[in-house]
Amino acid sequence: MTTELPVLTTADFTTNQDVRWCPGCGDYSILAQMKKVLPQLGVPREKIVFISGIGCSSRFPYYMNTYGIHSIHGRAPAFATGLKSTRPDLQVWVITGDGDGLSIGGNHLMHCMRRNVDVNIVLFNNRIYGLTKGQYSPTSELGKVTKSTPMGSIDNPIHPLSIAIGCEASFVARSIDTNIKHLGTILRRAAEHRGTAFVEVYQNCNIFNDKVWDYAKARETKLDTTVELEHGKPLIFGKNRDMGIRLNGLEPEVVELGKGITEDDLLFHDEQASEPSLAYLLSRMRQPDFPEPIGVFRAVDAPKYDELLNAQVEEAKKAKGAGDLQSLFNSGDTWEVK
Amino acid sequence: MSSITSEPAPSSQKNHELVESATVRLAGDSGDGMQLIGTQLTNTSALAGNDVATFPDFPAEIRAPRGTRAGVSGFQVQFAAEDIFTPGDTLDTLVVMNPAALVTNIADLRKGGILIVNEESFTKKDLKLADLTENPLDDDSMNSYRVIKVPMTKLTRQSVEEQGLSVKMADRCRNFFAMGLVFWLYGRELEPTLRFIETKFGKKPDIAAANSKALRSGWYYGETTEAFISGYKVDPAKLAPGRYTNVMGNQALAWGLITAAAKSGKSLFLGSYPITPASDILHELSKFKNFGVRTFQAEDEMAAICSTIGAAFGGAMALTTSSGPGIALKGEAMGLGVMLELPMIIVNVQRGGPSTGLPTKTEQSDLLQAMFGRNGECPMPILAPRSPSHCFEVALEAWRIAAKFMCPVLILSDGYIANGAEPWRIPDVDDLPEIPIQHPTGHEEGEFLPYSRDENLARPWAIPGTPNLMHRIGGLEKQQGTGNVSYDPENHECMIKLRQEKVDRVASVIPPQSVDGPESGDLLVVSWGGTYGACTTATERCRSEGLSVAHAHLVHLSPFPTNLADILKNYKRILVPELNLGQLSSLLRSKYMVETHQLNKVQGKPFAVDEVAAAIRSELASMR
Ligand code: SF4
Repeated sequence: MTTELPVLTTADFTTNQDVRWCPGCGDYSILAQMKKVLPQLGVPREKIVFISGIGCSSRFPYYMNTYGIHSIHGRAPAFATGLKSTRPDLQVWVITGDGDGLSIGGNHLMHCMRRNVDVNIVLFNNRIYGLTKGQYSPTSELGKVTKSTPMGSIDNPIHPLSIAIGCEASFVARSIDTNIKHLGTILRRAAEHRGTAFVEVYQNCNIFNDKVWDYAKARETKLDTTVELEHGKPLIFGKNRDMGIRLNGLEPEVVELGKGITEDDLLFHDEQASEPSLAYLLSRMRQPDFPEPIGVFRAVDAPKYDELLNAQVEEAKKAKGAGDLQSLFNSGDTWEVK
Repeated sequence: MSSITSEPAPSSQKNHELVESATVRLAGDSGDGMQLIGTQLTNTSALAGNDVATFPDFPAEIRAPRGTRAGVSGFQVQFAAEDIFTPGDTLDTLVVMNPAALVTNIADLRKGGILIVNEESFTKKDLKLADLTENPLDDDSMNSYRVIKVPMTKLTRQSVEEQGLSVKMADRCRNFFAMGLVFWLYGRELEPTLRFIETKFGKKPDIAAANSKALRSGWYYGETTEAFISGYKVDPAKLAPGRYTNVMGNQALAWGLITAAAKSGKSLFLGSYPITPASDILHELSKFKNFGVRTFQAEDEMAAICSTIGAAFGGAMALTTSSGPGIALKGEAMGLGVMLELPMIIVNVQRGGPSTGLPTKTEQSDLLQAMFGRNGECPMPILAPRSPSHCFEVALEAWRIAAKFMCPVLILSDGYIANGAEPWRIPDVDDLPEIPIQHPTGHEEGEFLPYSRDENLARPWAIPGTPNLMHRIGGLEKQQGTGNVSYDPENHECMIKLRQEKVDRVASVIPPQSVDGPESGDLLVVSWGGTYGACTTATERCRSEGLSVAHAHLVHLSPFPTNLADILKNYKRILVPELNLGQLSSLLRSKYMVETHQLNKVQGKPFAVDEVAAAIRSELASMR
C-alpha cells in the first residue's frame, strides 16, 4: 500500500510564536537547519515530538510546529524515554544544552544513551549559562572568568562526546551552528539512525560567550583547527590538505604528508567500528594540540531499549496469552463464602 | 506427584477448644524465615474461612547482625470468626526463635498467653548477642505465661535426617517445624503449605522433602507433647458471600491499576525507582507484560516521574510509585504534571521520616507534603486507601478522577497497608464500571486550543500522532485557551485559580462522607489511611460500652467530601488519631475552623485498638 504523503516545506514546521533568542544567537541557524531537514524525511509533523529541558536552547520546541514539551531542567531524556517506550511510532527529539544536559541532567543523558533509546539528542554547546546570564558551564574552559568565577574557573571541563562514547551511544556526531550544510547532513543522519543519536553542535552565544568557537568557524583558521571525518577515509586537514593524523601506538599524532609519509600511513576513519575506543580517541583530540573532528564519530547498530521493551510485551503475550483479569484474580488460593 | 503430597496430612485426636479469634506473632532472627511462615499461617487461615489481618515488622537491614535485638523480624496475624480490622493488640501466642526475639516481643503477650520458645537457642552466646546476662527462661519473669520450651533444633535435625542435609541446611527447616506446631495448636490444615512447599522448592526435592518433614514433625510434636492437652480452633467468619482471595496492599494496588487500564482501554506504563516499601508495586507490575504493562526502572526518582509524564503525553495510563524521600525528589516534576494538566497517578507508600527515617516502618507523616510539598500553588487530588484490599478500589478511583479532570492524582498508602494482608472478595470484572476516555481526533471544527476546557475544567488530551493538533506544552505559565507561554499577570492568577478550582470540583464526583455510629453526639473520631482498622474497632468497642462516639474515616483528603463540614458540626468534640504530629488535624482546623483534639503516635508502629479506645474514653471523661 502506498499512502500519498503531503509534500511539506520549511514553512509547515514554523509556529506562530515569536522566536525570542538574542539577535545573532547561534540557535537561529540550528532551528533553520532543523526546519529544512525535517520536510525531507517523509515523517508527518504529527508524528514528531520535540522535548527540551530548561535553558536558551530549550525554547526550541515552541518554534517547531510539531508536538512538543518544554520540560524540566536536565530531564528531557527521561521524558523522551517514557514517551518513546510507549509510542515507538513517534520520532522523538531531545534538545538540550551544555548546562542542561551535562550538569543538572548528566545522569539522565548518560542513562538514555547507555540504554540506546531510539531518540535524537541535540546538545547546543556554547560553554556558558546563557539564560541565567553568564555563569560558567560544565564545558567552560579552566580559568574561565565569569560572574560566578571572578578569579577564573577551577572546574575541569567535561567533553560531551567523550561522555557519549563512554556510554557507548550508538550514534555520536559533532557539527557547527554556522556550517549549515554540514549541520543539515548531520541532523539528517541523526534522524535516520535507529537508537540514541547524540549530536554536539558548537553554538555561539554572542551575548555571554561570543566567539568561543571562532577558531573552528573562521575561514582563516577552520581548516587548520578542525578535521572533517569521513567514513573509510584518512584523517587529512589543513589549508593545503597536507596535514594528517597518524596513530602512534595508542596515541594520535599530527603529521605532515610527504617526506616519506603517505595517506596510507594515516588513521582511516571507521564510524562503524563496534569497539568505541577509536571514536573515544577522536573525541579527545582538542585544540590547540589537535584539529577537532567534525562529523560522525560513531554509527553502529545496537539493541534499542524501546524495541526490547515492546518485544518483551509481545513475547509475554505469546507465552501467556493476552492478560485476563478474572483469571489473574483467581490465580492464588481462593475460597468461597456462602 | 512426589511423596510429599501423596502422604495424607494428619488429623488431630486431641480436643480443640473453640475461640472467636486468635492473635499470633512469630518472631526470630531476620534470617529465620519468620515472614514466610507468617504468610503461610495467614493464607491457611484465610482459606479456612477466617477473616485475617496481618502486620509484618522487619528491620531495614537485609541481614542485621545475627541474634541481636536489631535483627529481630516478626510477623503478626489475627484470624477470627468475625469481621476484624486490625492484626490485634495483644498476643495469644508468641513464638520466639531466640532470646533477642523474646525480650523485644514479650511485652505484647497477654497474661496467660502461650509462649513457644526454641530452648536450644538460649545458650550463653545467644544471650550475649541479645545483651542479656541472665537467661529469662530461668527466672520468674515468665511466670505469668504458659511457657512451652521446645528443643526445636534437635527435633528438626532428627526429622530431616533421611535427607542427609548439612547441619546448616537442616537448621534452616526450623521455621517449618515451628509452623507445624502452631498449625497444630490452631487446628490448621497442613495441605496448603505442603502444596506451597512443592511449588516453591519443587526444583530441589531434598529441600522440599526436608521442609515438609519438619512441618509434619512440628505438628506431631503438638499432637503428642503433654504440654498441650488441647488446642484451639477458630470457625469461619461470616463474610459477605462470594469468592475470596488473600491480598497484600501493594499487590491489590497493582491489580487495581491494571484493571483501571483495562477499563479505560489504555496500556499501563510505570516509571519507578526502587524504594522501600513501594518496590513491590514495581515487582508486581513487572510480571504483567502480557497485560500490555510496560515497567521502566529509571535511573532515579526524577527520571521515574519524568518518564511517566512523557508516557502520559503519549496517551498511556502512566504512573510512578515511591515513598516519602522519593516523592521529595519528584516534587518539581509533580509541579510540571499539574501545569501540563495531564492525567497520571503518583503513589506514595509512606514510611517513617524525615530523611531516610525508618524505611521499613509505617507512618502517616507525608500528608502535608502531599498537600503542599511543591513550589507554587500546586494542588492535586489526594486519596488514601484504608486497608490492603481497599487499595484495589482506590487505584480505580484515582484513575477515574485523573482521566476525568486531566490532572495528576496522588495515592497515599503506607507501609502498614502495603505489606499487610487481608481477604478480598474477588469482583466480577464485567461488573466494574468502565472509565471512559476520549482523545480529540483532529477533525473537530474550529481552531484547536490545547487549554480549552470542558464542564470539569479538563483540557483536551490530544496525543501525538493526531493530525492537525500539534501543540507545545511546558512548565512556563500557560495562556488560558491557547496554552501559549504567557507572563500576563491577570492570566497567571486566572490559571492558578483554575487549577485549584479543578481539584475542588472533584468533590462533586466523589461519594459523600459516611459516618459509623450516631449522626450526632459527644465525640467524632476522624481518621484517614491505615489507622482505619484500629479506629473502627476502638469506636465500635466504645459504643458497645454505651459511649456516644462516631467514626468518620476519610479516603478523599483533597478535596474533602462536601458534607464533611456539616458532619463536623454535629459532635461536641472531634478527636483525630494519626501516626504523625497532627497533620490531618491541622488541615481540618484551617479549613473548617473547628477545634480538634489529637491522638498522635510516631513510633513507626500502627495504633493498638486499646490506645485509640483509651483516648476516646479519656476525651469523653474530660467532657463531663
Ligand atoms: S543568551 Fe546566548 S545562547 Fe541565550 S539566546 Fe542569547 S545569545 Fe543565544
